[in-house]
Amino acid sequence: MLRRFDIRRAKPKEQSAQLDESYYLASQWQLIWRKFRRHRLAMFSALAIILLYSIALFPEFYSINDHHQRHVKYAKAPPHTIYFIDEAGNFHLRPFIYDMTQKLDMETLKRNYSEDRTKRYPIRFFVEGLPYRLLGLIDTNIHLIGVDEPGVFFPFGTDELGRDLFSRTMHAAQISLSIGFLGMVTSFVLGCLIGGVSGYFGGSVDLVVQRVIEFLVSIPHIPLIMALSAAFPPEWSSTEVYFGITVVLAVVSWPPLARAVRGKLLELREADFVMAARISNMGDMEIIIKHLLPSFASFLIVVLSLAVPGMILAETALSFLQIGIRPPAVSWGVLLQDAQNIRSLSQSPWLLIPGLFVIVTVLAFNFLGDGLRDAADPYKQ
Amino acid sequence: MRSYIFQRLIYMFFVFWLVSVVTFVIIQLPPGDYLSTYISRLEQAGEELSEEEALNLRRQYGLDQPLFARYLKWIGQVLQGEFGFSFDWQKPIRDIIGERLALTFTIAILSTIFTFAVAIPIGIYSATHQYSIGDYVVSIIGFIGLAIPNFMLALIMLYIAWKNFGLNLTGLFSPEYLDAPWNMAKVGDLLLHLPIPIIVNGTAGTAGLIRVMRGTLLDELNKQYVITARSKGVAEVKLLFKYPVRVALNPIVSGLAWLFPSLISAGTITAWVLGLPTAGPMLVRSLITQDTFLSATLLMFVTILTVIGTTVSDILLVVVDPRIRMERAAS
Repeated sequence: MLRRFDIRRAKPKEQSAQLDESYYLASQWQLIWRKFRRHRLAMFSALAIILLYSIALFPEFYSINDHHQRHVKYAKAPPHTIYFIDEAGNFHLRPFIYDMTQKLDMETLKRNYSEDRTKRYPIRFFVEGLPYRLLGLIDTNIHLIGVDEPGVFFPFGTDELGRDLFSRTMHAAQISLSIGFLGMVTSFVLGCLIGGVSGYFGGSVDLVVQRVIEFLVSIPHIPLIMALSAAFPPEWSSTEVYFGITVVLAVVSWPPLARAVRGKLLELREADFVMAARISNMGDMEIIIKHLLPSFASFLIVVLSLAVPGMILAETALSFLQIGIRPPAVSWGVLLQDAQNIRSLSQSPWLLIPGLFVIVTVLAFNFLGDGLRDAADPYKQ
Repeated sequence: MRSYIFQRLIYMFFVFWLVSVVTFVIIQLPPGDYLSTYISRLEQAGEELSEEEALNLRRQYGLDQPLFARYLKWIGQVLQGEFGFSFDWQKPIRDIIGERLALTFTIAILSTIFTFAVAIPIGIYSATHQYSIGDYVVSIIGFIGLAIPNFMLALIMLYIAWKNFGLNLTGLFSPEYLDAPWNMAKVGDLLLHLPIPIIVNGTAGTAGLIRVMRGTLLDELNKQYVITARSKGVAEVKLLFKYPVRVALNPIVSGLAWLFPSLISAGTITAWVLGLPTAGPMLVRSLITQDTFLSATLLMFVTILTVIGTTVSDILLVVVDPRIRMERAAS
């Protein structure tokens, strides 16, 4: 058991002897990037996050149908199965789907869907469809995927009103992901401000701030967030509710951030390299810019990337309980409302798919944060 | 030691007071109050309320007084054990929250025990078998446990139980036992329903604790004293449990302070999905119907009990770790 650890510990020395000159000349950020690139899971997570945020930026491009449109003929339709091999056993490089037909069971009033194997719709990429405005600026009608008219394509099935779950999930990404990001930025500003003040002044200010933080941390988050967002007036528009929730999330989650900022500030203030800089007659401003900020920035990036998933989870939970984002605005939590009871879940389990997006996002941010932490740690090879 | 506990208790009571102020302010935030909703509901039902009658109602519930006066009146009653009347349930609050709060904390405490019982052995295993298949499997499951929203896990487990075993495990009792007197069958029924809330609540915490346990134990195992002990021929099992595991347990015990509030938090949402008769769903409903006194009382009690839990875990930590005891005594 122990032998293995010894070998691992001895490794860095051998490695550093082999490192070429460029390693010693690289700047701090270059070193971080080098180490980060080696962390495959974190690299992969970074790509996943970029993809997810591109969905949040261009939901219309990724979606197939209008996310509010009700396809009455296809209410509660299961996801289309994508095929490569047709009835006759021929292989098609271009994937395709079969037409879906609905039959109402007159006894149970349950809708049964079956595939019509005679009608085949190939899936096309970069197809022309519904016109929309990219980023609110450029008029276009290109969508990533689609099928020819009159076929319809529901990769994630439809909800009770026959709305395309795939397109709704794409649009929901916009609110779910941006709330995580905005909330993180707001609580970051609050945390830095309060933590900075606390660490800088010290003494009685520090004591009071620390007590307040301790108090806020000891209140259970979710009930507190619930109580605050239940206070939004019912006549608020979706946008107002959206910003309200962002503020509530930020107000509730700044304390741990402020504590981390203060701790790191105190630690850095006493660090040897700061002392050395001071002795060699470096100005305060120069010390802050050249020494404190770089060591602080890498730390902050890590803390922030680990703060986003908590926000996304909280928003999802709030909207799920119907005290968060209100329809017709959609977030992943709003979409999951449809899957609230066992009856609808047993009839249409695909309604849980938006939850998968939540899981993937949270996982990706966690892995990214881990990778960044390892990369930003100068003592770790 | 004794003075530390005394200090901690004083601080706890100070926090109780803060909690009462904060909850009261939060509850006053919503625009309009329950009475206006109540009056408009009466009017919809065809009952005419004169201006004077409405005013009388307001006075009866003290809604015409300034915030400060209402707080004093409220806290005075609370200290006498009177929490007011729930408009929505049409019952005194004291009668309806007791059982629910008890259940909430039973589930939270059971979840804590579950979390520890699962996380510590797995953490030890994956630290001593670093980079083995078992370690990877545990890490992956842990990460998924961390990432999956609690309520979704609850939904999935309900779905699996229903699909594969034909069991509907919502609630804490099957309908036929709901009003039945306590007997063995009812206890059995409860035991059948309890695992889902406990597992669902415990998962996120378990995943976090496994990572902490694994990390600290790995650090400890690399230390000189372990090498010394091994070179002296101490048996592996004894070597592991005598010191490194004990040291690695420390951050876990101190983690109890944040684990408990997060379990209560998570429990609120899971209970909604699972239809448990705990404080969570009651709080959600009282917030939606603006049942002011009920939501204030619930929020306050949930927080106060959480603060008690945190205080107990802080004191426990001092008892467990002599180093902290010395530090506290010195300061």
